[in-house]
Amino acid sequence: MSRIARRFAALKEAGRGALIPYLEACDPDFETSLELFRAMPEAGADLIEIGMPFSDPSADGPVIQQAARRGLKAGATLPRLFEMVRAFRKNDSDTPVILMGYLNPIEVYGMLRFCEDASRAGIDGLIIVDMPPEEGSVMRACAAENGLDIIRLVAPTTDDERLKLVLSHASGFVYYVSITGITGTRSASVADLEAALPRLRAATELPVAIGFGIRTPEQAAEASRIADGAVVASALLATLAGTLDAEGHATAETVPAVLAQLRGLAKAVRQGG
Amino acid sequence: MDAFPVPLLYRLTTRPPPVARAQAAEIGTGMTDSTRTNSLRNGPDASGHFGDGLGGRFVAETLMPLILELEAAYEAAKADPAFHKELAFYLKDYVGRPSPLWFARRLTEHCGGAKLYMKREELNHTGSHKLNNVMGQILLARRMGRKRIVAETGAGQHGVATATVCALFGMQCVIYMGATDVVRQQPNVFRMKLLGAEVIPVTAGAGTLKDAMNEAMRDWVANVHDTYFLVGTVAGPHPYPAMVRDFQSVIGDETKAQMREKEGRLPDVIVAAIGGGSNAMGIFHPFLDDPSVRLIGVEAAGHGLDSGKTAASIERGSRGVLHGNRTYLLQDENGQIDEAHSISAGLDYPGVGPEHSWLHEIGRAEYVGATDDEALEAFQLCTRTEGIIPALESAHAIAYATKIAPALSPETLLVINISGRGDKDINTVADHLGVTL
Repeated sequence: MSRIARRFAALKEAGRGALIPYLEACDPDFETSLELFRAMPEAGADLIEIGMPFSDPSADGPVIQQAARRGLKAGATLPRLFEMVRAFRKNDSDTPVILMGYLNPIEVYGMLRFCEDASRAGIDGLIIVDMPPEEGSVMRACAAENGLDIIRLVAPTTDDERLKLVLSHASGFVYYVSITGITGTRSASVADLEAALPRLRAATELPVAIGFGIRTPEQAAEASRIADGAVVASALLATLAGTLDAEGHATAETVPAVLAQLRGLAKAVRQGG
Repeated sequence: MDAFPVPLLYRLTTRPPPVARAQAAEIGTGMTDSTRTNSLRNGPDASGHFGDGLGGRFVAETLMPLILELEAAYEAAKADPAFHKELAFYLKDYVGRPSPLWFARRLTEHCGGAKLYMKREELNHTGSHKLNNVMGQILLARRMGRKRIVAETGAGQHGVATATVCALFGMQCVIYMGATDVVRQQPNVFRMKLLGAEVIPVTAGAGTLKDAMNEAMRDWVANVHDTYFLVGTVAGPHPYPAMVRDFQSVIGDETKAQMREKEGRLPDVIVAAIGGGSNAMGIFHPFLDDPSVRLIGVEAAGHGLDSGKTAASIERGSRGVLHGNRTYLLQDENGQIDEAHSISAGLDYPGVGPEHSWLHEIGRAEYVGATDDEALEAFQLCTRTEGIIPALESAHAIAYATKIAPALSPETLLVINISGRGDKDINTVADHLGVTL
C-alpha cells in the first residue's frame, strides 16, 4: 500500500478528512521553505503539496504567481526541490508528499529521470496541471514503474462521460477543482460541493480532496467533511507573503505565522465541519 | 475576382461542400485536396499532434471540455455550406478580400536578381492579415452562442481586429495586453478603446505577449460559461493551430491563383515573418505539397541570434510545453521560459506555432532570422521604393528577401507576405532613428 493510500485509510478509520497544505519550493528561500515543510506535519498537515515554480503558471492566481516568482528568484529547480524532499524524509517517512507543477520543467529534466529521482527523493504523487489524460501517455508508464501516483484534476466542467476517462487515468486520490477559475480567487458554496460529490463518489473508489478557494478553518472543515480532504494553498502563501520584508526576504515571523494558521485549519478539520 | 474567397472555403473542408467544389474547379486554382494521401497538408492528427508529439492539448482540466466543444463546433461549421457562405460574404465585403499580389518593380530593380512580388495583406480592413482569422472565429463564436470575447494581443493588431468584429456584431470584448506593449503601441490601444473594447494591461513578467496570453487563459478559465477565447495566432491548444491556419490559408490560396494569372506558374520562393506564425502559415500551407516552392520563415533575431536578446524560437529554442501546445520555445536549462526580445511587439514571443516547429523538423520550410536593425532598414527601403509603409513585423520578411534576392536569377519569382501596414510603428521607428515627433 502506498503512503497516500495508507494515510487516507488511517484518516477514514479516525473518522475525519485530510488537511493538505501547499508550499512553493524555495519561497522565499531554500532554508525557510524547508523549515516550514518540516514543521507542517506537527502543525497538522496530513499530506503536503509542494509546488515546483514555473515562469508561466497560467492556471494560477496572483498569490501563487508571486510565490512562484519568489521561488524562482531564490533558485528553485527540480534538483533543489528533490533536495528539500530528501531532507524532509530524514525525519518523516509517513506523511505523503505530492509534487504540483507544470509539465515543461519536467519534460526538460527528462521524463524517466524525473520519475526516478522524484521517487527516490520520497515523493509519492504528482499533480501536473497542464497534462490532461489525453497527453498523459508520456508519463504514465514511468510514473507507475516508480510507484508515483498521478493525481487527476476533475473540474465542474468535467461531464459524466469525460469523468470516466479522467478517472481511468487517476491514482492516489482525485483532486476536485471546486470552482471554474484560477487558484486563490473565489470559493465554492457548501451547497455546490454537496451537490458535486455524489457524482464523483459514484464514479470512483479513490479518496476525493477539494481544492481552489479554501481559505478559512470553517471552509477547510466543511470541505474535508464533505469530501476526504481539503487543499489550502493561496491562503497560506498570502500569509507568508505578508510576513516578508521590503526586499521580499523572510523575517522571524514568516514560519511561525504560517504554522499558526495551519494549526487553526487543522483544529477545525479535526473538530469536523 | 468575386470568386477569390472560394479557395478558402475549399481549404476549410475535408470534404468540400458541392457548391465550393464546383466554384473552385471553375476558377482553376488547382487546390490540393487535404484528404489525399502523402500530403503534408493533412495535419494535425485527431489528437491535435503534428509529427512526433508537437502541438497537442496541454491545458488544465477545467478547459479541456471547452476545447473539445470548440473542436466539435469547428468541425460542424467546416461541414456546413452556410458557414462558408457567410464567411465568404464578410471576407469580401467587410475585410476587402482578395488582397492584391503586387509586382514590386522598384524594389526588384534596387536589389537586382529575383522578381519580387508582395502579397498585400496590409490592405485588409484594420491593416493586417489578422482579420482573416478573427472573422472566421467570431462567426464560430456566434454559432456557439458565446456573448463575451477574450483575446491576447502583442502589437495590438489582433486586439484591434478582435475589437473591430466585436463592434460589428455588438459583442463584449476584453483584450489582454502586456503593459510594456501598451506603452509602445499607444495608437492601437486607443483604437481598441474607441471600438468599445476593454483593454487590460498585464504587468506580470516583462509585460509582453507571453504574459498577455497567460492572463487571457486565466480569464477564460474563470468565465467558461459565456466566454470565447479568440486566439490570434497558429498556437495554443488544438484546435486553435489548425483552425487559425485554415482561416489564414486564404492568403496562400489567393497567392497561388494570382501568380498563375500573372506569371502562369507557381512562385519559387515565399518569404514571411514569424512570431507565432499565422501570416506565414497562411501563405505557406497551400504550397506545402508543391516541393518546387521554397518556404522561408523569418524570425525576429532581435539584437542578433546569439545576443541573448532575440525572439528566434526555432533557431535558438528547443522543444517545450507552453500555452497549451508542445513546440519550440526560448527557455533556460531548467525549462523556465525566457523573455523574448524584438523591436516588433508582434514578434516578441518566446514560442512559435507547432506546425512551424514540425515543418522545421521535417525540413519542408527554412527558418532564418532578421535583426532589429535589418528590419528598420528594410522598413525604410520598402517605404521609399514602393510607397508602402510595412509593419515592423513584415519588415523582417522584407529584410531577408532583399538580402537573398540579388543572388537569385531574374526568372526567380519571390513573394513577400506584407502582413500588415506600418502606421502603428512610426513612433517606434522615429525613436530608433533619433527623430522626435
